[in-house]
Amino acid sequence: MANDVNQTVSRPGINSPGTGSPVLDMASSRMVLRRKIRHFYDQTANVAIAVGGVSVILAILLIFLYLFYEVIPLFQSATLDKVNEYQIENVSDSESLHIAIEEQSEIGMRIGDDAQVHFFNVTDGSIVSTIDIELPAGAAISNFALDTEESGVFALGLDNGEVLVASYGYETSFGGENNTRTLTPIIEYPFGDQPLSLFTDSPLSNVAVRSSGDVLMVVGIDENDAVNLIRASKQTSLFAAFDIGGEDVDIELEAFQLDLRVQDVEQLFIGGDQRWLYFISSNGLIRTIDLVAAMNGQSNAFGIETFLTEGGVRPTQVVFLLGGISLLVADDSGDISQWFLSREEGRTQLQKVREFSPGVLPILRMTPEQRRKNFVSVDSSGNLAIYNTTAHRAVFSQDLTAATPKRIALSPRGDGLLLETDDGSIAFWEVHNEHPEVSWSVLWDKVWYEGYSEPDYIWQSSASSNEFEPKYSLVPLSFGTLKAAFYAMLLAAPLAICGAIYTGYFMAPTMRRKVKPLIELMEALPTVVLGFLAGLWLAPFVEKNLLGIFAILVVLPLSILAASFAWTQLPRRIRDLVPDGWEAGILIPVILIFSYLSFVLSVPLENIFFGGDMRFWITNDLGVSYDQRNAMVVGFAMGFAVIPTIFSIAEDAIFTVPKQLTYGSLALGATPWQSLQRVVLPTASPGIFSALMIGMGRAVGETMIVLMATGNTPIMDINIFEGMRTLAANIAVEIPESEVDSTHYRILFLAALVLFMFTFMFNTVAEIIRQRLRTKYSTI
Amino acid sequence: MNTNLSKWMRAGTPWVWLNAGAVAISIVMVIGLLMLLTVRGMSHFWPRDVIQANYSPPSSSGEFLSTQVIGEFVESEMVLASQIASSGIPVDESQGLYERQLIKLGNRDLTGADFTWVLSDFVKDVEYPENVVALERREWGNFYGNLLVVKEEGNSTSFSGDSETRDESRWIDFNRRLQRALDIREEIYVIEKQEIGQINYRMERLRLRERRLQLDGEDTPEALAEIENSRIELDAQYDVLQIELVELYETVNRDSAVFLASNQQQTEIDFAGIVRAYRPNQMSFFAKIATYFSKLGEFMADEPREANTEGGIFPAIFGTVMMVMLMSVFVTPFGVVAAVYLREYARQGFVTRAIRIAVNNLAGVPSIVYGVFGLGFFIYIIGAEVDQLFYPEALPAPTFGTPGLLWASLTLALLTVPVVIVATEEGLARIPRSVREGSLALGATKFETLWRVVLPMASPAMMTGLILAVARAAGEVAPLMLVGVVKLAPSLPLDGNYPYLHLEQKFMHLGFHIYDVGFQSPNIEAARPLVFATALLLVLVIAGLNLTAVALRNHLREKYKALDV
Repeated sequence: MANDVNQTVSRPGINSPGTGSPVLDMASSRMVLRRKIRHFYDQTANVAIAVGGVSVILAILLIFLYLFYEVIPLFQSATLDKVNEYQIENVSDSESLHIAIEEQSEIGMRIGDDAQVHFFNVTDGSIVSTIDIELPAGAAISNFALDTEESGVFALGLDNGEVLVASYGYETSFGGENNTRTLTPIIEYPFGDQPLSLFTDSPLSNVAVRSSGDVLMVVGIDENDAVNLIRASKQTSLFAAFDIGGEDVDIELEAFQLDLRVQDVEQLFIGGDQRWLYFISSNGLIRTIDLVAAMNGQSNAFGIETFLTEGGVRPTQVVFLLGGISLLVADDSGDISQWFLSREEGRTQLQKVREFSPGVLPILRMTPEQRRKNFVSVDSSGNLAIYNTTAHRAVFSQDLTAATPKRIALSPRGDGLLLETDDGSIAFWEVHNEHPEVSWSVLWDKVWYEGYSEPDYIWQSSASSNEFEPKYSLVPLSFGTLKAAFYAMLLAAPLAICGAIYTGYFMAPTMRRKVKPLIELMEALPTVVLGFLAGLWLAPFVEKNLLGIFAILVVLPLSILAASFAWTQLPRRIRDLVPDGWEAGILIPVILIFSYLSFVLSVPLENIFFGGDMRFWITNDLGVSYDQRNAMVVGFAMGFAVIPTIFSIAEDAIFTVPKQLTYGSLALGATPWQSLQRVVLPTASPGIFSALMIGMGRAVGETMIVLMATGNTPIMDINIFEGMRTLAANIAVEIPESEVDSTHYRILFLAALVLFMFTFMFNTVAEIIRQRLRTKYSTI
Repeated sequence: MNTNLSKWMRAGTPWVWLNAGAVAISIVMVIGLLMLLTVRGMSHFWPRDVIQANYSPPSSSGEFLSTQVIGEFVESEMVLASQIASSGIPVDESQGLYERQLIKLGNRDLTGADFTWVLSDFVKDVEYPENVVALERREWGNFYGNLLVVKEEGNSTSFSGDSETRDESRWIDFNRRLQRALDIREEIYVIEKQEIGQINYRMERLRLRERRLQLDGEDTPEALAEIENSRIELDAQYDVLQIELVELYETVNRDSAVFLASNQQQTEIDFAGIVRAYRPNQMSFFAKIATYFSKLGEFMADEPREANTEGGIFPAIFGTVMMVMLMSVFVTPFGVVAAVYLREYARQGFVTRAIRIAVNNLAGVPSIVYGVFGLGFFIYIIGAEVDQLFYPEALPAPTFGTPGLLWASLTLALLTVPVVIVATEEGLARIPRSVREGSLALGATKFETLWRVVLPMASPAMMTGLILAVARAAGEVAPLMLVGVVKLAPSLPLDGNYPYLHLEQKFMHLGFHIYDVGFQSPNIEAARPLVFATALLLVLVIAGLNLTAVALRNHLREKYKALDV
């Protein structure tokens, strides 16, 4: 003891006067300081832990907010900002034939009817360069036709019956001190600078042009309604590639006179595949000619004759949408309709696919976007609207000008817009239109895509071509997700719940202590291992032993029942060897033996009934397609992954039913099965339900198993022998390849958000049910 | 008759048994799966005997073309005669079923295929020749054949004695030369991978430093000259190594051996291309065990070869461990702080209940969602920002703005933080009030109580949480595919180059390795046993971690049972 006292002497705050017991002086400065420090620590810890705790929780919330943040831009409308409005110098005396903007939205272009091409700075209208197109002496421009905005190839129809084909473009060069980029506008003559003579000295009333790489088609109608065609093909010789400027290119010209007269043609154009020639009359009648047949002299009958407008409505402009498949028809009643060829009842027809009705005023101009399925229209009041055809949605609509609009041009990237009005002024607008292709109907409704015969749900996010119409229907993916979850639950729910009932209520405690961890260990198995086994081992196995698998489904329950009955028939001496609650142990060998027998015996059965190969029989005799990696394999593998989740929650719910309830029931003379049925299960049913929900949530979000055990084709078919593509697997497959902040990227985020919300809701409901149940038990 | 049928039905016994059956089926499934993995995974390393036989199936022209088959038996199955007939081999369809065997032929460079199916009925003269050699090679997979000649610099070596002793001394000589080649390969490996790798790494750092100086406007002639000097120095070092390397390659290519493969084909194989050679048919049981463990060791400690289908998985093990360790560093403090806050500091009420439910449910949110979050938020937003601020010299090549180890660990930390929170909270809840009150009554502050009393008592629960988190993280693949794993990483994320731990590097992962080799590999049949072995290893690690967690939890419960009384 003395030792202790001596030790305390040296400790702070304890004052030892030398005699008697030590006195604790709590007010000494050292003690006060120490208390202050302790208090300070305590306070700091309070704050630190609160901050830390709250920030961790916020970080978790951040996931949700961030997913939203990425998804919201999908549903925003487009906006336009006016940069400047100006008159271009020295051009007021000519009418414009065409205006355009170049790739970087820096330089604009205007082709005038005086054959002058002006290139100007889009932001202030100052002239960058002016190029004159040389026309044959004495000729004047009577018609203008554009191939596509992208190719920049255009045709000038002359009043002497000739057509001059040229193209506009830009040369990019880097130079100067800071290696700055300079754009030089150029006018080229890709098919020679000599005019093509469609008619001799008979003015053109209409002209159309279409180029595809090396082949150019020019069609014209003269005032006598005769239709002539010239095909120019470039013959690039093998060595020409080494020459600069391509002067060695031979151009071969072929002229055809089509043997027909077409009257009252307002518009004329050639389809993107250079096969169909379209005539549009002022009453909206559209007629087509098969050019290939016409050139070979086989036929000159009209292929399609349909009215694009009805009831005296006149079409104002007809243009091709990007890709040259869809026709957009604007009319003077203010409607715009989309048409394309589709097969119906065995014959190809031009069909009206959808209609946009912005207003009642006549649509004056319309122009398609060059990289997306968008188009811009402007009506006589100056109301400008931007549409996406796939989404069937107006992303923008607003009055931009009080004057009457004359021409519009969209930049290739869709981020700049020129609007020329009839007072000769040009306005440049910046366009912010990031995600026009998405709308509720694109994601969740049937959409009539180009080239399809009817509206459908399709997921096809990318293709090699620029002109591809992206198909972003989440329906096939959601369907696949639910299909996979359904087949998984089909296996897992009965096994897990029955197992839980037995383990929680009947099983002997010693066995339960071994079985529970074993099944929980199942939960820890990495899903990649399950997926690998499913894809590489189970899928071929199932394919080979299809009948055996089906046989097992029937044989196992029957054999269990038989074993149960047989057991009761055994002499008591033997039955007493195995205590109650070990039935599951007895059944293990039974299951092993009968499973083995099912597989072995199914081979001869298969020979007798299915000609030896059930898979073959399914495809050939039933006509059901069979993938090796199919929903059944996924069902097995994912069911296996889900069983432990359902099992352990349901088992908990059943095991924790207060014992006095069952004792009461048993005391009243009920058999164990009756007390389970009437007392335990009703009490535990909310818990079992929540187990099922959590299991379902896990099945819905599982990625690796589906990725590895199915073919990942986004089809909509409930067929158990075919695969599917789920939301989760789709994300895993596509997000590494998608461009950041693109529509595709954001839609994948939307898919993740859908998954997140779905599972979160399921789990929350399940969790609330469980908590209720817990309070209920504690009150009993 | 002890009981009749109706009584049996009335008592509900069939239902009870059906439920018991469900448990039994589940047990059979788990154990079956583990056994399947074990058998397939472990048997891969066993040096199996090599069969030599003549195979003469009937052909449509009626002749029996005989070919010699040398290889390992893999598996056999029964096939319908009609199927075989439709594949072009005219067999007797009345027989119904035929047995066919899968034989691993190896010799891909000679035969074009690793495996072949043979019909057992037409396999004749099966023997296990004593002298047949199995080679594991760096390229073209395995080789089976008989050793004919050992050559040094293209000249055959000869041995005296009768044919048997000659064979034996040739085999001994072969092994001696193989060992020499392997030793040189080892030296080459050290130079190529480590020394030259180091020089390349330093060159790259120099380039970045130069660029950095230019960006900052500090590219004074002195600084540039200094960089140039270091560069010249490194170049000199590189040249020395290069010369050394060329010499080593010359020496390693000195020896070669001529083998007689199936169908009397002779082929010459350089020693440099051989990894292991053994004569399985001659080996005693113990020799086989030794080879078995040697192969197992190679599997665990070596790098993969041949597009991951052969060799070892060490980088994947290492990557997994690194990632999990980093994740633990993030997840433990945050998880524990959040749990302590929720349980000890926050006022209990509706909000804490709601948060608790939310946290609980986050554990059930699909892991791919975390991956998407990690990719979008960590990599494209934070990573890109970090690159702008700290690594402008490397741009436009991203440093942290691309999937990597750090982001993978952070993503998984987020994924597993609910596990730690839930487990820690449970541990905190189990500590009796009396313990806390006792500490407070003795004058301790709240923090002191927490630090000295509560947390130590809850530490096993935290450990449990951490172990469960690690187990979950080790098995997750889906989010990692988005935020950092690759099929083949050129170097480990931890090495001898400054700054030693490369957080921005991509890494290999066991789970992804399984996915990649199993599904993306060009030669799945050959890679399959390796995937089974990898899967087994992963399952063992995770099962081990889980069992530890369970044991800890039980231990914890026992401990506090005493306190409750």
